[in-house]
Amino acid sequence: MTITFRSETFRDDFTFRNSLYNIKRFPFPFDRDEYMYSVNMEPHIRGKADSVFENLIDVDEHYVAEMQDRAMVLKDDPLRCQALPHMMAAQWDVLELIMEHQAQDYPEHFTLTKDGDRWRWINRPMGIDDTFTFGDPATLPHPPMEYITRQAQGDFCIVDQRDNNLWMDAGMVTTQADWSLDFDIGMNFMEWHGPVPLAHQIGVFDRALKFLLNLQQGKPTRRLNWTMTVNPRLDTSPENYHKWGPDRTTVTPENVGDKMHLRVELQSLWRLPRSNAILFVIRCYLISLNELVTVPKWGRRLPRVLKSLPPEIADYKGLTRNRPIMIDWLAKYDDGAPTSAGIHPD
Amino acid sequence: MLVQGIKSRPEYKGLDIDPHAKRHLFVLEGEGAQALMDQVGAKGPDFLAKSEILYLAAGAAPKAYDVALSALAPDVFWQAPTLQPLLFRLRACLEQARMGTRLSIAGTEGFIGQIMQVAIEYGIDYHSIHTEHRGSTARRVQCVHCKGITDNVTTSPFACSHCGLPLLVRDHYSRRLGAFQGVNIDAEEPGTAPEPEEMFP
Repeated sequence: MTITFRSETFRDDFTFRNSLYNIKRFPFPFDRDEYMYSVNMEPHIRGKADSVFENLIDVDEHYVAEMQDRAMVLKDDPLRCQALPHMMAAQWDVLELIMEHQAQDYPEHFTLTKDGDRWRWINRPMGIDDTFTFGDPATLPHPPMEYITRQAQGDFCIVDQRDNNLWMDAGMVTTQADWSLDFDIGMNFMEWHGPVPLAHQIGVFDRALKFLLNLQQGKPTRRLNWTMTVNPRLDTSPENYHKWGPDRTTVTPENVGDKMHLRVELQSLWRLPRSNAILFVIRCYLISLNELVTVPKWGRRLPRVLKSLPPEIADYKGLTRNRPIMIDWLAKYDDGAPTSAGIHPD
Repeated sequence: MLVQGIKSRPEYKGLDIDPHAKRHLFVLEGEGAQALMDQVGAKGPDFLAKSEILYLAAGAAPKAYDVALSALAPDVFWQAPTLQPLLFRLRACLEQARMGTRLSIAGTEGFIGQIMQVAIEYGIDYHSIHTEHRGSTARRVQCVHCKGITDNVTTSPFACSHCGLPLLVRDHYSRRLGAFQGVNIDAEEPGTAPEPEEMFP
């Protein structure tokens, strides 16, 4: 299928919108009417057609605009993309993985041809046609991870495995929910999750780490995570918090449907073949409340989730200020009817 | 006492003389001198003959720990006037260090962090470094916005010494930077920052 890429912005005039098709395929993260942290992992395998799970590296109508936004973030702050020196083999692993998936699943848009180590990569939406030597960074305009993640939606962390732990040793992070790669690079799994409330105490991170240490090549895994963002802003980094923080005071009962966005991360984790590192993809999807309530099940469920959210989690996700406005506005979409299990629309 | 339970902060387990070390390098600041003297008291003075001590008196200068340390008669005792020359000397020591050298650091947290940064740069596994916190609980904090580091922060919030934003000191520590994270506290409504409160005396 040929995707029609939207021309839109994630800053200033915020022209980002979802098409009707994209609303229906949104990865709504709540499979029931309440939310608590859990190790909600499932195999990352192909799901329903016309869902974000149809392909394992999803490319959608926002692709080109997201890549333009990433390029702007990197111009402003090059530290959003960093790799420790021992991660070069893993960088090539990532380049291969993304190129192969995008080329295989979107042949109209991407083509990869290999002649031994001589590879040719064509990215039609971005007008790129490069030939390079796999394994030789000097033949690419950027280091391999940066090169390919400037052409792939989502944030990417490469996590090294040693001493029975995982280490955040490389990443391209420009669409993050308020965490800093520059601060966290080099940390282990428990350290970089240090600020998350409640989850340590209920053992979520111990179980998740144990699970991930045993992740097998060819068997990627995924989970959904979520927060909410005022305006469809991709770059909600701590670095720029003093610039986007004031947005939170602009929400009113009149504009909340338009301004408030559910921000869902489709996180997928892949064992890499050469380096034995893990690629951690954090793909961000945004949907305004106005768009979201066009699916009746989601309109019923979201206010129930927001009402039942423990205050520590609301606070950590930065929802405290606007939660009452959202719940009031959403109330008219909840007729009290039961909701079906699972995340998909009825 | 330092606040406990911060997942990303290193544990400062205390100095512990390794009897099998071929050489000891002690990098001490202020009250950290006392940590070494306590070890001498507990373990005896034998290890001092193969020890090098680098000392920065900082705020503890009136206590004349330098005299006491020097009187221990280690193989090398060297005192730095400020941190910068101490780091310069430390690099020279690590450049020449041999297998079997054991590094120990004692002093304030910001000092320990900066010495560890250099040690990690020289390929020392941080698990093998003995550290002991002594003295003030002041924090070294990196502003997440301008990336500038402010030393000896005792309050939260505090004004970033580089960009001036009022920063909340988060309980999140980067070993690589040797600093806690500071995040603008009144980003949502500029001008509403609460009064600084003495948190890290």
